[in-house]
Amino acid sequence: MNTLINGIFKRDMALAFRQRSELAQPLMFLLMVITLFPLGIGPGPVTLQKIGPGVIWIAAILASLLAMERLFRDDFWDGSLEQYMLSGQSVAAIAAVKVLVHWLVSFLPLALFSPLLALFLNLTVDMYIALMLTLVLGTPLLSLVGAIAVGLTVGLQRGGVLLALLLIPVFIPLLIFATSAVDSAALQLPYRAQLAIIGAMLMLAMASAPFAIAYALKVSQN
Amino acid sequence: MWKWLHPYAKPERAYQLCVTLQPYFLWPGILCLVAGSIWGLAFAPQDYQQGDSFRIIYIHVPSAILSMSTYVAMAVAALVGTVWQWRTAFMAMIAMAPIGAVVTFIALFTGAAWGKPMWGTWWVWDARLTSELILLFLYLGVIALYGAFEDKQQAGKAAGVMALVGVVNVPIIHYSVEWWNTLHQGATISKFDKPSIAPEMLWPLLIALVGLALFIAAVTVMRMKNEIIRREYHRPWVKDLAARALGGDHAV
Amino acid sequence: MQFDSLHDFLAMGGYALYVWLSFGVSLLALVWVVLDSASTHKKLLRNAREEQARQARIAAARKAQAVHSESQQTGS
Repeated sequence: MNTLINGIFKRDMALAFRQRSELAQPLMFLLMVITLFPLGIGPGPVTLQKIGPGVIWIAAILASLLAMERLFRDDFWDGSLEQYMLSGQSVAAIAAVKVLVHWLVSFLPLALFSPLLALFLNLTVDMYIALMLTLVLGTPLLSLVGAIAVGLTVGLQRGGVLLALLLIPVFIPLLIFATSAVDSAALQLPYRAQLAIIGAMLMLAMASAPFAIAYALKVSQN
Repeated sequence: MWKWLHPYAKPERAYQLCVTLQPYFLWPGILCLVAGSIWGLAFAPQDYQQGDSFRIIYIHVPSAILSMSTYVAMAVAALVGTVWQWRTAFMAMIAMAPIGAVVTFIALFTGAAWGKPMWGTWWVWDARLTSELILLFLYLGVIALYGAFEDKQQAGKAAGVMALVGVVNVPIIHYSVEWWNTLHQGATISKFDKPSIAPEMLWPLLIALVGLALFIAAVTVMRMKNEIIRREYHRPWVKDLAARALGGDHAV
Repeated sequence: MQFDSLHDFLAMGGYALYVWLSFGVSLLALVWVVLDSASTHKKLLRNAREEQARQARIAAARKAQAVHSESQQTGS
């Protein structure tokens, strides 16, 4: 099992970094969306601070929807997905590793850029800390549950919009609790409860998503 | 315990069951809906606060309740299909989705039309309306996913997964949206809380609820017949059915 | 009857637009879904019949071909 996990981890990381431009696209999208908000709504710092957490989280969700298609697409087109599924190894484990790599590759740039985003939207330090905590807990949830829908739609034409339609209702509770946490931080109120709920959803996803993803792949790959 | 269900895993048996059940769902359903509506519109007393606008409740509440029950029923069908690999279960699931979506739309529309006299605005992000909107997206997602696959066996399984993921989400969404709403809209208190409802108001509501439930069952059964025919096109029993229908033009 | 006259009933105490819009749109939606299901049913059965007729024609044509070519062979 360890060699399997290591092997896939290394392979996916190498492949991801080979196509750096493709990695950068969701990030650019994120930056552009966040830049559009002050331009569209007005630069008043008070307003920006109020909508800031929501804007960043919405942009993160949209950017992750863009990036998520990559998860199984290349492996599907070159046949390695089929090989993985025929290999007799645990597809759930393989899926879990791939999601992990995908999350690392998508989330770390976001984490690096987040101080800049906080600056653009006039967030306070407390809010920024809360934002980072919600991102650390919430983005793996996005990747794990998103992967289930990606597994179902891999190989479909125009899967992208369908993916958004499928996943947005699923992401709404996460959005609500994450933005509430940051808003509470803005008011100097405790936000451990919101983080706990996101954490609980994450635990549920970590325990069950890999198997759901494996089943989804089985369905879509026949 | 569930042995009596087993014959209905075969599409032909399921079709026969649908044909048998259809009139028992459709006509009582329409009757109860009409009766409940007329009672509610003309004979039930006015609300002392909202006057006659509150009569919208006789459609809004049944459709809101049933939009959620239909989703749960859809998820149960998805579960049966996924665990026991019954094609007819997936056919039932996809038969329920469109009528569920229509009922959800009705709940949203009547909610908005009721909101205008109640809150002064056509749309308000109150917990119930927002949850209904998300439920509509869940329905549309299942329908869209089913339509995206050529192979309907695959389509059923894929849509089934999303229906199940959705049903796990429904309580989470409800809880989170309600909590979100009380946070952000503390000032707006819903006028329609849950007062002890007068019996003259309760009866038409219950009749409309039963009527709509039967109606949803009728449409489900009709659409399930269609789905069965589509999937079993080349079977001899479908060919016989089509040939026989040539005789009379009533729906078989 | 809660209303004194038909006019009062239609006016719904001033809320006529909202009440009748709600009931009207709901009625339309439900009627539409039933009619759509019924008409799809007829269409599916009709397509099945036409397909069957087509298959029968093709089979008959093939048979006629086979008989024809057989008789040609035995003839010569």
